[in-house]
Amino acid sequence: MSDMTVENTPYEASMGDYFALLKPRVMSLVIFTALVGLLVAPVHVHPFIGFVGVLCIAVGAGASGALNMWWDADIDAIMKRTAKRPIPSGRVQPGEALGIGMALSGFAVVLLLLATNLLAAGLLAFTIFFYAVVYSMWLKRATPHNIVIGGAAGAFPPMIGWAVATGNVTIESFLMFALIFMWTPPHFWALALFVKSDYGDAGVPMLTETHGRDATRRHVIAYAVLLVPVAIGLGFTSIGGPIYLATAIVLNLWFVKGCYDIYKRNDAAADADNYAVEKHVFKVSLFYLFLHFGALLAEAALRPYGYGG
Amino acid sequence: MAIRVEHEIHQRRKGRNFGVLALLIGFVGIVFALTVVKVLELGDAKKFENFDHVARPAIEPVEGDSN
Repeated sequence: MSDMTVENTPYEASMGDYFALLKPRVMSLVIFTALVGLLVAPVHVHPFIGFVGVLCIAVGAGASGALNMWWDADIDAIMKRTAKRPIPSGRVQPGEALGIGMALSGFAVVLLLLATNLLAAGLLAFTIFFYAVVYSMWLKRATPHNIVIGGAAGAFPPMIGWAVATGNVTIESFLMFALIFMWTPPHFWALALFVKSDYGDAGVPMLTETHGRDATRRHVIAYAVLLVPVAIGLGFTSIGGPIYLATAIVLNLWFVKGCYDIYKRNDAAADADNYAVEKHVFKVSLFYLFLHFGALLAEAALRPYGYGG
Repeated sequence: MAIRVEHEIHQRRKGRNFGVLALLIGFVGIVFALTVVKVLELGDAKKFENFDHVARPAIEPVEGDSN
């Protein structure tokens, strides 16, 4: 059977390489926020249906990640941060990523429809379309505000989780969406200020390079201020309460103060302390999102015992 | 003549093949469990058995029966 043996056999992709196409780290945030959206909803969901719902949302998000890697393989190969991804490193063929992305998208949406409802499945399909087509294919290379609009794709999971339970879109799910949507730009631009990126070499417009770093600092504080009413407002809905409000007030003061510090200084000052403030604010932004959603979860968990809102 | 034909590709793709097997078993398990949960959530079997394609006089409510 030596006629079937391929001489100089190329690298054989492992399951791990295919799994890497799904952007597991992004998926973990999607799972957490979707699960919170599902658990804080006022409708009881059978645990297994809830599990399948979150699994479908996670696989759908992973599928859009694979489609993104298929489309962006050319620029991923140029940038250091992404050069080791499965396609640019040659471990997975572009066609395989496209096939996996399309197949998993279909499976995730159809299974979510069968397990839950049309609204949740429709929102998931729209999220995949939005990330793969609107963000990756259209806006990413066209405008320095790509991260603002692209952030919407990452903001949908809690809204889908809520729709899995209730079959509706309400002010609560809209504000959970808006919280992630408004949080993404200051979070990402704080990172962009201290990471020496090579987006410019890859032809991707980034605010730090198209409008300058001072303009980016102004954008960070502007979005952080616009984020405050969204985060506080969520506390006055049916899923908010004293625990959430107390958490939100502390976190928003902390975050806006950090973003104001970023706004007040320039690159000379930042160079002097190796971007300590920018790095600190980036870390705070991670706590910010995690603790807001954690507080929502705490409210929901304590409500049956007479605590919370 | 050997019944099993061995080839180096079997060894090379072993991990991948078992991975696909695990995914398929997992998928079948999810669809099966989902079906069980959905059917059990319907509660009283009379509610949906009546709509079967076959007439089931035994489960039709008797006139005057308070149940």
